[in-house]
Amino acid sequence: MRWLFIKDLQILRRSPLVTALLVVYPVAIAVLIGFALSRGPETPRVAFLNEVPAGQPFVLAGTKFDIAGARSALCSRIDCIPVSSEQQARDMVASGDALAALILPPDLIQKLESLGSLTPSQPTVRVLVNEEDPVKARLVDDRISSLVTEANLKISKQVTRISTNYLTLLLRGGNFNLLGQTFNVLGLKNTQRILEAVRPQLPANSPFAVALDRVIQFSKLARQNLNLATPLLGSIAHPIDVQKEVVSGSPPSLDAFAISVAATVTLMFVTVLLVAGSLALEREENAFARLTRGLVGRTALLLEKVGLGVTLSIVVTLLMLGGLSLFVHIDWGRLPLFGAAIVAGGAAFAAFGAAIGGAAREVRASSLLAFMISLPIAFVSLVESGTVSPALFDVIKVVRALFPFHAALDAMSGGLDAAGPALGLPILHLAILAAAYGALARLALRRFA
Amino acid sequence: MRPTVAGAGVPHPLVFLGVFAESAIHGRSIDGEVVIETRGLVKRFGEREALRGVSFAAHRGELLAVIGPNGAGKTTLLSILAGIRPPDAGTVSRPPGEIGWIPQQAAFYRRLTVTENLRLFAHLEKVPDTDATVEEMLDQTGLADRRNDQVGTLSGGNQQRINIAIGLLARPRVLLLDEPSAGLDPRQRERLWEFVLGLAVAGTTVIFSTHNIAEAERYGQRLLVLADGEALFDGTSAELHAAVRESGARDFEQAFVAFLRDRGH
Repeated sequence: MRWLFIKDLQILRRSPLVTALLVVYPVAIAVLIGFALSRGPETPRVAFLNEVPAGQPFVLAGTKFDIAGARSALCSRIDCIPVSSEQQARDMVASGDALAALILPPDLIQKLESLGSLTPSQPTVRVLVNEEDPVKARLVDDRISSLVTEANLKISKQVTRISTNYLTLLLRGGNFNLLGQTFNVLGLKNTQRILEAVRPQLPANSPFAVALDRVIQFSKLARQNLNLATPLLGSIAHPIDVQKEVVSGSPPSLDAFAISVAATVTLMFVTVLLVAGSLALEREENAFARLTRGLVGRTALLLEKVGLGVTLSIVVTLLMLGGLSLFVHIDWGRLPLFGAAIVAGGAAFAAFGAAIGGAAREVRASSLLAFMISLPIAFVSLVESGTVSPALFDVIKVVRALFPFHAALDAMSGGLDAAGPALGLPILHLAILAAAYGALARLALRRFA
Repeated sequence: MRPTVAGAGVPHPLVFLGVFAESAIHGRSIDGEVVIETRGLVKRFGEREALRGVSFAAHRGELLAVIGPNGAGKTTLLSILAGIRPPDAGTVSRPPGEIGWIPQQAAFYRRLTVTENLRLFAHLEKVPDTDATVEEMLDQTGLADRRNDQVGTLSGGNQQRINIAIGLLARPRVLLLDEPSAGLDPRQRERLWEFVLGLAVAGTTVIFSTHNIAEAERYGQRLLVLADGEALFDGTSAELHAAVRESGARDFEQAFVAFLRDRGH
C-alpha cells in the first residue's frame, strides 16, 4: 500500500493544475474568509446630508442630547458619506455610488424639541433609496428602519419622561416654567386636601355640601387613577421587553462557525474530488485489473485511497486554518480536538469520494458527479430549523444525516470552539458514514475492471 | 543456435536486438513440460456464453496464438488464465503467481516515468532486487535512455514495450499477451515480436491473442482458433494450413474465413 500511496503523490506532483488547486484553493478560501471576518459585517454606503444648523443644541425636557455622539453611533452602523446638497445625494443614489441617502431637515431639532412642549410637531427625516438590487434595497431598508426605530425609542423615552413630569405636577402640584415665567400649579393632591379641610366648615344643611363632596370624590379618583398613568406611559415607551432563554443548542461564536464552514467546505471538495478522481484513474489507466490480479486487494486499494484522502485533507485544512490565523484568532491549543474532526471528516469524505469514483469509473464523470452531489448537500446542510416548513426540514434532516457534510461541520465547530457542539456524536456519525460509504465503494469495485 | 540464458526466464540481450528471427521459433520443439492447462472452460455474461468448454495445454517456451474474429472470446480466455475473472465452469491449472499478464490496453501510469512505473510494479510484485530488475528491464526494452521520461510522452510502440516489461518483472513462466500489436505501426510491430520471440527462446511460455491471421501464422508455433466462445482448432500453423487448403481458398486468410464459415461461424 505504501508504494501505491507514493505513486499517488508522484502523480499529484506531476499534475501541476491539481496540485496548484490543492494549495491555492484553501489559501484563497482562508484569505477571503479572513478578510470578511476581520472587516466585520459589510456596512451599506449611505449619503448623509445634515441640514441642521451646526452647533444647534438639542434639549428635551431639560436633557441635552449629544448630537455628535448620535452621529458617530449612526455612522458606525452605516458607511456615512457626507454630502453638501440634496442633488448630490440624489446623484450618488441614482449612480449606485451610495445605496441610499439620509437627509436630516433644518427644522429637525425644533420639531424634536416640540415633542416636549404643549404643541408637539412630528419630526421627519427623508430617505432616498435605489431599489435596482432587491437584496441591497432590503439591506438598506432593514438597517435604516432599525436606526430610526432606535432613535424613536430614545426620544420616546424622553417624551414619556416629560409627560410623566407633567402628570406628577398635576397630581402633586409645584412650579412650572413657561416662556420664562414661573407658574405655581396647585395639584390634585393639594386640591383634595384643601377641599376636605373646607368641607367641615359648611353648615350641615348647606346646599354646597353635596357639590363639594362630589368635587372631593372626583379629585380623589383622579389622583388615584393618574397614579397608574406613570407606569402605563413607561410601558408605551418600551412596550415589548425581550427575555431570551436558550433551550437548545450552544452556538459557537460567529467567527468560529464561519471558520468551520470554510474548513468543512474545503475539506469536502478537496477530499471527495481527489479520492473519486484518483480511484477512477486506476481504471482509466487500465491499472486496476493489473493491480488486483494478486498484487493489491480491492479492499487494500480502497484503504489506500481513503488514507490518501485523509492525509491530504489534514494538510489542506491545516494550511487553510494557518492562513486564517493571520486574520482571526484560532485556539491552536485545541488542535487535538479539531485535528480529530479533520481526520474523521476526511475519512468520511474520502469514503464518499471512493464510492463516487467506484460508481462513475471515469475521472471526468466522477469529478462532475462529486461536484454535483457535494454542492447541494452543503447548501442543504446549512439550512436551519424554522427557516423552512417542518415537513421539508424533516426531509433535510434525513438527507444531511446520510452525507458527511453536516456531521463534519458539527465536529469542526466543536473542535474549534468550546461553545460548539460536543465532538463525540459527530465523530461517531462520521465513522458510521465512512464505514457505510466504504462498503458501497467496495461493492462498486466488484464491477470496476 | 540457442541463445545463452543469463538467468531463469531472462533472455539473452541479443534477442531484443532482433538477432533471432521467427524462423528459429518455428524450428523449435514444443514437447516440453506443460505449464498451463485448461479443461472445459465456460464463461457466461448474462445470457451470452463467451466461452463454451475450451480446453488446451501450453508447454514451456511455446508460443501459442489464440486467434479468432472479434467477440470470439479471446480476451475472456486470457483474463481467466490471468486470474482476473473466474470461470463459471471448468478448471485452469497454472503455476501459482508465475503468470505475467499484458492487457490489450497498456496498463500503467502515464504521468509516472518509465523507471517509476517499473519500480512501482516491481515493489508490488515483491521482486527481491528491485533496482537490479528495473535496470535489467530498461536494458531489455532498450528504453534506458528514456528512463526519466513520463510514459505518456512515449510512442505507442515504446509504451507497449513498457507494458510488456511490467508483465515480465516477476520473471513469469507464462506470459499472456492480449492483442499485443494492436495500434502499432509495422516497424513497432516488428520490434515487439523480436522482443516476444526472444522471451520464448529463453523458455517463457507465451500465449497471445490476435485477430490478425498472418501475425498468428507467422509468430505462433501453435494456434488455438476460437469462434463464438468455441475452440475450433488446436494445432500448428502447418496443420491449420493443411486444413484450410482443403477449402480451395486463394490465400491463408481467405481460407481461414472459409474454415470458420464451414463450421457455422
